[in-house]
Amino acid sequence: MNKATYDVIVIGGGPAGLAAAISAHDNGASVLLIEREARLGGILKQCIHDGFGLLRFGEKLSGPEYAERYIDAFRERKIAAVTLTFVTKIEKDAVGFTVHAVNRNGVTQYRANALVLATGCRERTAKQVFIHGTRPSGVFTAGTAQHFTNLLGQMPTKRCVILGSGDIGLIMARRLTLEGAEVLGVYEAKPTPSGLTRNLHQCLYDYNIPLHLSHTVTRVFGVDRLEGVEISQVDEHMTPIAGTAERVDCDALILSVGLIPENELAQSLFVELDPKTKGPVCDGQCMTSIDGVFSCGNALHVNDLVDYVSENAAVAGAAAAAYTPKQRRWIPVNISENFLYMVPQQLNLARSNKKTAVYFRSRGDYNNSRLSLTVDGKEVFSKHCPFLRPPEMEKLELDFDAMGLCETSDIRFTLELQAEKE
Amino acid sequence: MTELTCIVCPRSCKLHITADGDTFSVAGNGCKRGVIFARNEMTDPKRTISSTVATVFPEAPVLPVRVSDEIPKGRIFDVMRKINGTVVKTRIGRGDIVIENVLSLGVDVIATSNILKEETGEQHA
Repeated sequence: MNKATYDVIVIGGGPAGLAAAISAHDNGASVLLIEREARLGGILKQCIHDGFGLLRFGEKLSGPEYAERYIDAFRERKIAAVTLTFVTKIEKDAVGFTVHAVNRNGVTQYRANALVLATGCRERTAKQVFIHGTRPSGVFTAGTAQHFTNLLGQMPTKRCVILGSGDIGLIMARRLTLEGAEVLGVYEAKPTPSGLTRNLHQCLYDYNIPLHLSHTVTRVFGVDRLEGVEISQVDEHMTPIAGTAERVDCDALILSVGLIPENELAQSLFVELDPKTKGPVCDGQCMTSIDGVFSCGNALHVNDLVDYVSENAAVAGAAAAAYTPKQRRWIPVNISENFLYMVPQQLNLARSNKKTAVYFRSRGDYNNSRLSLTVDGKEVFSKHCPFLRPPEMEKLELDFDAMGLCETSDIRFTLELQAEKE
Repeated sequence: MTELTCIVCPRSCKLHITADGDTFSVAGNGCKRGVIFARNEMTDPKRTISSTVATVFPEAPVLPVRVSDEIPKGRIFDVMRKINGTVVKTRIGRGDIVIENVLSLGVDVIATSNILKEETGEQHA
């Protein structure tokens, strides 16, 4: 069998996959994009709210508008794409990759020199948050509720409770309220909200939807359809406090309890994952621990802005286009414990790192902290950070080439906390 | 003094607003858009809204829409009622007007997707 061969195969047709494919193409590669859904655009198809593209385009676009700008650019270039096609297996050999896929035409194989995994992330489900009780219908992830409302035009609830204060939950609280549903409250087990501050204001406070911190759902009621939930206060270890349980009658429980990078394909290739990001360990060019395998977007780490996804995916696409099996010269990027995580986790000295984007999140809410970068104990960069919050990702752009790095260099980012306010 | 969180961009600046007669002085803003937001918020708060309108096309039962510019916060649910009373019967595309000058607010409701114009699936490789 003659397999179609490409320089780069991109897996996933969301914002990351589109930007990676465009960038790989513009850097001279022959590209195939594989998407499992019928339409390109990924999750942005259902994110009809605005606020996308402020950094990238200086405009407040809705999700479909942002995605379609990339889809238009993708089609203008006549980049090859297959939709409704599911990758079942990837094999690596001495000269590249064989991608096995299945679609309506049957089973297909493609060959590639390099791969970009742009597989996005998945929502944490009810099973992963351990709620007691029956299993009635009416328990949805926020993304499922969004799919029903914005793509199918079907209201999933008349009166609901939202568990978790992630951005999609906040967005859905507003969306369901606009469509006439009663959102009784958003309950968050942690003492601080998970979503962006502006979303708390424009999605909850604007519509008088209460936010209850340090509260969680401890039980669901109902046989066929959800009839109510039990809400309990939790202590600082997020353990429910006895005697605080209260029943709230509702027909739906909507979960916005976190996103996890989707990396089954990466794991099948034995790509090393970072337990903190739950995405691949990568270098400044988005290459993973396996030569020729690149990762970007929410598969690499969960972003809060799609603008950063596009930017990061373009780096991965360009690097995949330029990929030749050359010696890997990785040195680790060390971080102090006040960082939740940092991407990239490694630098490849075999490549230029002149304009390297570094993304990080802080572990807690820090006012007036000082970020510094030392190489072998000598400070080469510092920055004052007036306000850091874990839900809000930060970005730096650094010229590592100017730092005279070698294999034995000790690269270390430190976040020093000044006196904490409040 | 009034404290507000700016919602113009993801930075979510904390604004401190002091009223001085008819004028307001604003502190804490990271850019000049924060000043405009603060003044509007104190006098005539405005928001954008996004929603969907029903269509007659079974493969895309709803079409995403948004207002072309901000509308007064107090009129959000009036505009939603207009949006929910609309059915799209032609294959309009991104940027096309769905409701012109909605409720005489000087703002259009526009489509934000080409979903009705799209052929199914990508050209095969």
